[in-house]
Amino acid sequence: MISLQPRAMPSKLMGYLAPLIALGLTLLSGLVLFALLGVPVGEAFHAFFIEPISTPYGLSELGVKATPLILIGVGLSIGFRAQVWNIGAEGQLILGGIFGGAVALYFYEVDAWYVLPLMLIAGVIGGMLWAAIPALLKTHFNANEILTSLMLTYVAGLLLSFLVHGALRDPDGFNFPESRLFHDAALLPIVMEGTRLHIGAVVALFVVVAGWVLLSRTMLGFALKVNGAAPRAGAYAGFSQKRLIWFSLLLTGGLAGLAGLIEVAGPIGQLQPTISPGYGFTAIIVAFLGRLHPIGVLFAGLIMALSYLGGESAQITLNLPVAVTGVFQGLLLFFLLAADVLINFKIVRKVRRQL
Amino acid sequence: MNETLLLAILTIITAATPLVFAAIGELVVEKSGVLNLGVEGMMLVGAVSSFTAVHVTGSATLGVFAGMLAGVMLASIFAFLTLNLQSSQVATGLALTIFGIGVSALIGQPLIGVAYEGLPKIQVPLLSEIPVIGRLFFGHDILVYCSIVLVIAVSWFLSRTRAGLILRAVGDSHDAAHALGYPVIRVRYMATLFGGACAGLAGAYLSMAYAPMWVENMSAGRGWIALALVVFASWQPSRVLFGAYLFGGISILQLHAQASGTINIPSQLMSMLPYLATIIVLVLISRDHGRIRRNAPASIGKAFHPTT
Repeated sequence: MISLQPRAMPSKLMGYLAPLIALGLTLLSGLVLFALLGVPVGEAFHAFFIEPISTPYGLSELGVKATPLILIGVGLSIGFRAQVWNIGAEGQLILGGIFGGAVALYFYEVDAWYVLPLMLIAGVIGGMLWAAIPALLKTHFNANEILTSLMLTYVAGLLLSFLVHGALRDPDGFNFPESRLFHDAALLPIVMEGTRLHIGAVVALFVVVAGWVLLSRTMLGFALKVNGAAPRAGAYAGFSQKRLIWFSLLLTGGLAGLAGLIEVAGPIGQLQPTISPGYGFTAIIVAFLGRLHPIGVLFAGLIMALSYLGGESAQITLNLPVAVTGVFQGLLLFFLLAADVLINFKIVRKVRRQL
Repeated sequence: MNETLLLAILTIITAATPLVFAAIGELVVEKSGVLNLGVEGMMLVGAVSSFTAVHVTGSATLGVFAGMLAGVMLASIFAFLTLNLQSSQVATGLALTIFGIGVSALIGQPLIGVAYEGLPKIQVPLLSEIPVIGRLFFGHDILVYCSIVLVIAVSWFLSRTRAGLILRAVGDSHDAAHALGYPVIRVRYMATLFGGACAGLAGAYLSMAYAPMWVENMSAGRGWIALALVVFASWQPSRVLFGAYLFGGISILQLHAQASGTINIPSQLMSMLPYLATIIVLVLISRDHGRIRRNAPASIGKAFHPTT
């Protein structure tokens, strides 16, 4: 029989190893999954994990997909540390897209430098406003932020659909539920000629550094960590729980809103009924895989971005359903949570005691 | 009684039934001290599994059982991770939902556009022919009656049996229950698997009776609404029934309002109603701190590791 024995101290080494173990196990079960689906394992592996990043263009696409994941992942990892479970980042992303997109459409054909900054601010405000609702309901009415933020995600999706079917629809678009294509002054500058890699990727890198500084070098970051690990100690030290809830939600909401704006002003270039393939949810995995640490989130974001690209590539070359991506993402999180047991416990062989 | 009103009530019953199943299952899980946020994922996999089974075998009974089995399988992953490996219940529940959405979409790929006539309705001779009352109380599919019986059974189990008392003790204080010699982990395993079966059944009802077909993400947040219903019900089975019918009512009334065209509000805004109602109800219930503290299982969401 094997059993778990608590460690005296959490193992730092295992904290870093667990994501690697989880990735390895996910790859293995991926091979099994391909075999079950009846596709040549080697080809599928190549299509999923190698092909998407074998060209410079592929690598730039990795950056495009990783940008929103990293932005939201940094926010979530800070919030999760304080045990604030905002899982409605997808909705906050949508609101950021709506607010930023509305500004772009309001200034349609206005060729001025201030259009993009205004969109950026509007996107952040949109995400923050949407996240402020669960924050208010949590701090004033004790309502569970998991459920309220998630319900608001469905509401946000319907709101976007309503707007692109009505007020924000392209007047010359033959009634298609899409907005006008944004004009050049409302599109993010490209940083690599001939690709879609835009300035948002640079912003994401900046956010990673800022998040790292916040967590490791400021009093606020310390308060967040203490309140998450030991709420009573935090309260005793005078850190206001309510303030941290507000801060965590507004920060994640703002970053998710920024991610939404970046999506509509970057790769999409207009408002559509759907502006995200679930980045807000995948970012939850990114946060955990990155060990709730901004630098870790950077790498985790790139890995999860590969799962999106791999899914698309496998669909094109092997006709595999895109849903494979979701299965991989779920499996990865399962394996990660399982491997995390090694941080706090040792696996020992139980020897039956002789009397 | 007005014909359209009668029809509306009949559809409310079919809309409420999956919520009853999912919420009553989660209630038992939470009463044992476990918070499983993966209801949405288990429902989806239940829905796609039961639809696959019906499509392949043609047997509705097998379909229902396939849905429950799928729910149990997903719940067992959750139970193993949280109860044996001490993983965070919140994170694992989210993982279960993400995984369930992906797996169901993968399995369901070939089923899109496949038609099914729906669960047969039970016709009781004579009784079903009574005007209005006959149609209101007789002539539903069998799962509607099952859902009501299940609520009564759970209510009786939790409040009147020894096993129910042990389950509640485990949920309120796992250390005390362990000290008294009750098998905390085993009780929580059984509760979690029961919750999985119920969520799978809820999914089966969605794809076999409510909207007999498979559509990706067809549960559309009902798993999360079921979680909110447990809070709304203050962890009391009879109130789960009331809550589920209230929410079934809201979602059907907005559909009828959209279809009739009498209310001139865009369909997307009407579709927001069930989600907004969930938030409002959560706020109304949760603002009373004492009420939550009196009724919520005291050990909910906390990991248990036996020291001896």
